[in-house]
Amino acid sequence: MAETTAERRLLTDALSLVPKAEAEQSMKDFKSDQEVRWCPGCGDYAVLAAVQGFMPELGLARENIVFVSGIGCSSRFPYYMNTYGMHSIHGRAPAIATGLASSRRDLSVWVVTGDGDALSIGGNHLIHALRRNVNLKILLFNNRIYGLTKGQYSPTSETGKITKSTPMGSLDAPFNPVSLALGAEATFVARTVDSDRKHLTQVLREAAAHPGTALVEIYQNCNIFNDGAFEVLKDREQAQEAVIRLEHGQPIRFGAALDPEQGGDGLGSRGVIRDPATGDLKVVDVASVGTDAILVHDAHAMSPTTAFALSRLADPDTLRQTPIGVFRSVDRPVYDTDMADQLEGAVEKYGKGDLGALLAGNDTWTVVG
Amino acid sequence: MTSQVSTPDEQTPGAPITDGQSPAAKEVRRLDRVIIRFAGDSGDGMQLTGDRFTSETASFGNDLSTLPNFPAEIRAPAGTLPGVSSFQLHFADHDILTPGDAPNVLVAMNPAALKANLADVPRGAEIIVNTDEFTKRAMAKVGYAASPLEDGSLEAYNVHPVPLTTLTVEALKRFELSRKEAERSKNMFALGLLSWMYHRPTEGTEKFLRTKFAKKPQVAEANVAAFRAGWNFGETTEDFAVSYEVEPASGTFPTGTYRNISGNLALSYGLIAASRQADLPLYLGSYPITPASDILHELSKHKNFGVRTFQAEDEIAGIGAALGAAFGGSLAVTTTSGPGVALKSETIGLAVSLELPLLIVDIQRGGPSTGLPTKTEQADLLQAMYGRNGEAPVPIVAPATPADCFDAALEAARIALAYRTPVFLLSDGYLANGSEPWRVPDVGELPDLRVQFATVPNHTAEDGAEEFRPYQRDPETLARPWAVPGTPGLEHRIGGIEKQDGTGNISYDPANHDFMVRTRQAKVDGVEVPDIEVDDPNGDADVLVLGWGSTYGPITAAVRRIRRGGGRIAQAHLRHINPFPGNLGEVLRRYERVVVPEMNLGQLAMLLRAKYLVDAASYTQVNGMPFKAEQLAGHLAEVINGNPEEDIDG
Repeated sequence: MAETTAERRLLTDALSLVPKAEAEQSMKDFKSDQEVRWCPGCGDYAVLAAVQGFMPELGLARENIVFVSGIGCSSRFPYYMNTYGMHSIHGRAPAIATGLASSRRDLSVWVVTGDGDALSIGGNHLIHALRRNVNLKILLFNNRIYGLTKGQYSPTSETGKITKSTPMGSLDAPFNPVSLALGAEATFVARTVDSDRKHLTQVLREAAAHPGTALVEIYQNCNIFNDGAFEVLKDREQAQEAVIRLEHGQPIRFGAALDPEQGGDGLGSRGVIRDPATGDLKVVDVASVGTDAILVHDAHAMSPTTAFALSRLADPDTLRQTPIGVFRSVDRPVYDTDMADQLEGAVEKYGKGDLGALLAGNDTWTVVG
Repeated sequence: MTSQVSTPDEQTPGAPITDGQSPAAKEVRRLDRVIIRFAGDSGDGMQLTGDRFTSETASFGNDLSTLPNFPAEIRAPAGTLPGVSSFQLHFADHDILTPGDAPNVLVAMNPAALKANLADVPRGAEIIVNTDEFTKRAMAKVGYAASPLEDGSLEAYNVHPVPLTTLTVEALKRFELSRKEAERSKNMFALGLLSWMYHRPTEGTEKFLRTKFAKKPQVAEANVAAFRAGWNFGETTEDFAVSYEVEPASGTFPTGTYRNISGNLALSYGLIAASRQADLPLYLGSYPITPASDILHELSKHKNFGVRTFQAEDEIAGIGAALGAAFGGSLAVTTTSGPGVALKSETIGLAVSLELPLLIVDIQRGGPSTGLPTKTEQADLLQAMYGRNGEAPVPIVAPATPADCFDAALEAARIALAYRTPVFLLSDGYLANGSEPWRVPDVGELPDLRVQFATVPNHTAEDGAEEFRPYQRDPETLARPWAVPGTPGLEHRIGGIEKQDGTGNISYDPANHDFMVRTRQAKVDGVEVPDIEVDDPNGDADVLVLGWGSTYGPITAAVRRIRRGGGRIAQAHLRHINPFPGNLGEVLRRYERVVVPEMNLGQLAMLLRAKYLVDAASYTQVNGMPFKAEQLAGHLAEVINGNPEEDIDG
């Protein structure tokens, strides 16, 4: 009686059990009365605005939305959302949100975390949430630095980074959060950038609709302790060569457009192909291989292999050739749905629990007065 | 032979019954109580044997108390002293309180079991040994140069040498089993023999074996045959000339339906009952750890009660998920033992700050660090009381006996729900695995634990707007409202940063922090708990013995001994350790001397001395085992007779 993926998708649609709002909502409805206290110029403002702006589109009852965060600058996020929220402890938000989401399927549960919170102190909870595929949307603000503790290197900082705690340069190799998530069996993995509101919103839209855990890495600028970390992706001229936009069903092309007037197709001059010798991916000039040779992005491929290879294209130091967009979006049984099914199944099989019968058990004796 | 005991006349054809002699009428002696210890290798099935004997004894109607004792290793090297596993059972025709100090009968399945347990066996006791295992090599492994069965070293005991393995294999000849497979049933042979010796009813065990091995009928029948062969061996062999009767303890029990129950099972049932009485779904977030895992196992079986069990990636996630579920309106629980509590500490602090209901069940074991995973101790009391950063008070409830774990779980849930606070439930390894008869409660008599979720705004702002204040407290209990997600109009944000009184907004205001710290403390201090009752029959005792948790049995048994000998002593036992009962100070001051026995180095005594400025004297033991009543009575007698210098370290 295995359900098809499509059937299961209907059953487990991320939002199908969440009550809808009665009236139309606006961005204002999602702003809490709390004064936002990030540093002026912080990338967090842009993400907050994008999320508040996007929420009305979902049309969910505000009271059924919960934001859970850990510790760090980005983890102040829930205070600014006029929904239910919990600002918890360092690294534990995915665990807390798992308990909430698995016991309350009528809620839309969002986790806001940072690179230190999710990948250092809370690394274990992150990978286990991903492999379980709990119905959570995790927004990982990656600024490649510890901001709240004033500027130590983070698990995503480039090797050799000079910070307060590493005056001679950091020694550890950084995590690539997308690679990590794919290795942890994540069913939805995407990357976006704080300053690209349109792209960020599109990624949020897809994440919200995903049944199961969605991990969205958001490159976010810390203008105090790591300013310009993502400049290469934001500066119009450099971005053309540095950013690879992934779109499902489209050839993976970037770089300066091939001029139609000179016989080009108007798409990027650079592209990704599969190297027949190694099976790995590599970047080539489209002209040298022809457009047909360029890899077409398939976010729904069940195997994470190609998505992982895409995540490895970026240079961790310079961030050149950084793919953004949805790397992977596949369906797999959702933890909280299965948990609820087991409860229903148990009732079907054994009947609703009878406390008196349970307490007595099968082996009793009677004492008469 | 009493009518409750089934005779083995429903034999399967071919099962060896007798060796042809007619069972001579053997002497039957009547006893008021017996202590039996089954001991063998970890792989010999001693825990199962003990469990079955316990079930037979429970269904016969004796009062009983059990003490399983096993190594942390799943299969320690065979035949070694560290690999010995034992199960002690005390049963009687009257009410008893402990698994007993010294066994009247030791069943030793191998030389290691004999050596490891002999020191506890008083002279004159019966020892049944499996002679088949007393090979030169097996004896050498545990340091016996000569056979203790032959060198006269056991002369003071009544030794029954029985070739248990050979007899079992012989009895199972007609089954197509390898010798090794047949040998495995030797524990059932031993159980059969002991069941004969003590006139235990046998139907339950046979039924149990057939259910347990339903998928392997051959194995089931082989075990039943070995069990019956053991019974018949007792009945026919001349070595066992006497059998014993211990009458049911009917007179001492209140009217009702009874069952046998272990502490962890009672605790699991208590949690399910609390969920039903609170009309809230039960959510357990847990990570496997000895000796608490059985609660996770048990609760995972009861999904038809709406119970969600989440086996987390670690201890921290276990409590994290529970706290998340509490925020969502579940009755949330995490179960663990000492090392797990250490990992959960930060989240417990968050729960204190969030003021959400949460049960933290700590089945204490020997510490520090990994310590003694399968042995008992009470040394997490101060960890439960103070083991967090900042001022983070948490109420503490402790069960006194295995069956009492049921009521203690309900009580812990009551406090958590009514006061919106994490609550510690401090059981221990001895309660968890020990068992005793339990009068099954009428579900209609269980306490009502229902709470009201907040549904409407609770404050009018200056501009007249209705608003919700998540930290506006109930003036009686100081509990804050529990507004669960999904409630329109009550959207709010809570967190671990200090909150402004009332609004719950972030606040770094010094005066507000001072107020909030004191208010959280006042809330816990104000938890309503019943007065402690003192048992002082004539009201003329000078010495009070005060305990908490699982020491209830040994302390009460020791007190009885003293009183039987004409001594005067008062006894009281704490269920609530935080807050203490309101009358505790007055009770302590009523007595000239107060003795506090604990399985730690004096943690409760320290709390009592700090709070009440009384000269409470510790009597402590940390050997991984419960107190022995005789030893405890000896100490209390000394205190009564005026040797207070010896009080401090016991």
